[in-house]
Amino acid sequence: MARRRSGRRRTIEAALAVALIGQTASAGALDAARTRELADLVRQDCGSCHGMTLKGGLGRALTPERLRDATTDGLARIILDGVPGTPMPPWSGLITEEEAMWIAESLRNGFPP
Amino acid sequence: MRRRDLVKWLGLAAGAAGAGALPAHAAGAGTGLRGTGDLGVVVERATGSLLLVENSSRTALARIDGLGDLSHASAVFSRCERYAYVFGRDGGLTKVDLLGARIERRILQAGNSIGGAISDDGRLIAAANYDPGGVRLFDAATLEPLAEIPAESAGRRSKVVGLEDAPGRRFVFSLYDAGEIWIADCADPGRPAVTRFPGIGSLPYDGLISSDGRHYIAGLFGEDGLVHVDLWHEQPKPRRILAGYGRGEERLPVYKMPHLEGWAHAGDRFLLPAIGRSEVLVCDAATFEEIGRVPVHSQPVFVEARPDGRHAWVNFAHPKNDTVQVIDTRTLKVIQEMKPGPAVLHMEFTGRGHEVWLSVRDADRVDVYDTRTFAKVAEVPARKPSGIFFTARAHRTGM
Repeated sequence: MARRRSGRRRTIEAALAVALIGQTASAGALDAARTRELADLVRQDCGSCHGMTLKGGLGRALTPERLRDATTDGLARIILDGVPGTPMPPWSGLITEEEAMWIAESLRNGFPP
Repeated sequence: MRRRDLVKWLGLAAGAAGAGALPAHAAGAGTGLRGTGDLGVVVERATGSLLLVENSSRTALARIDGLGDLSHASAVFSRCERYAYVFGRDGGLTKVDLLGARIERRILQAGNSIGGAISDDGRLIAAANYDPGGVRLFDAATLEPLAEIPAESAGRRSKVVGLEDAPGRRFVFSLYDAGEIWIADCADPGRPAVTRFPGIGSLPYDGLISSDGRHYIAGLFGEDGLVHVDLWHEQPKPRRILAGYGRGEERLPVYKMPHLEGWAHAGDRFLLPAIGRSEVLVCDAATFEEIGRVPVHSQPVFVEARPDGRHAWVNFAHPKNDTVQVIDTRTLKVIQEMKPGPAVLHMEFTGRGHEVWLSVRDADRVDVYDTRTFAKVAEVPARKPSGIFFTARAHRTGM
């Protein structure tokens, strides 16, 4: 019984490794469906504080002009880690690093509708 | 109603609802006359439009375009229930004629705005602004500006949140950055008299006033607790309630700010959303001592008592926002759970609460539920719906 369970665990670990490799391989190449979801997430859910047009609200504006001095890396860190002491939450539980990078880059370049 | 409006009205009604779908009483078929007590608006924020709806027939009657950026938009109603005043994120204040299904007047009153209120006498509209931080007052008939109350504290403008109407032509609101509560007495609307309460706590994010106009409650984002002001008191004084409800435990990430609304009062209790916790907080409506907590599905956004107070309906923050739960306000147990669909953003009861409308944003639909059987009784198509506002609010304080 114990042996069977550990065998199953090995299988799960192997499957996870494959999944992780798959994820790494797709870094920088998020598919169109996922970027559509992310764009909706930013407009609709980030939009509840930053405004659907990203011109700000309780949270700051996220327009290219207002982010001129920010770096993509820096913005991605803020998205993933949040800003302690403010309502900006860490999104790392919901989106991956490459997704945060895509959002950060898109914000700096003018976010898609 | 002018003849042209009438023709437009009937044409739109038939077009939107389908021939023969409206009961005779609803559209006043043939007479051109109708009431507005069962009308309301649904905010379609992605398209900057409003859907004019009728809750007797559970249908949409018309769509009204051209309201600008409706992120976080809300509406209040004139005392006659003919006009809706819609506050948009872009500082737009739009007076909408429900009978004509058209915009009567529209101004851009600020750069960035978060809602507003109408005075008890129906004469003044107050808009709460983030930028420039403060409150602006307008004539409800003409939308002419009357006064500005800059939310300035220690030389800095603060964002204003939780603006509510209080009896006696007053407005109560909170300063997000400064941590203050202000009461503006607008007996002379050109020169509002402001009473300030500084140091009420860190980052008040929203406020509510009970429907009797007595209790103003502000929620704090920066600490565990809320602030209560008894407006019946000769010299009102804010005091902390439900302090330390998180008991120093690390809170969950908050992906959506909770909202406080005038529906919190249920019988002899208040039901309030906790921040960063999957709980609804319950306190006694006389002593404001905590009397219980209700563990719920996820972090609550709206906790709305049905108008009779017997049940409270709760929706939840992203990403668990496909679910709605119903709490029995006597036993403090969850008695019903449903999954209407992706992104349930808002809930609005009919006047006496026999039905509730839920906006299911990502399904492009508003669902109507019977509040006693919990059965879904209708679906109304809408584009990315968010806030729903029925004219019954016109005669409630704090709506």
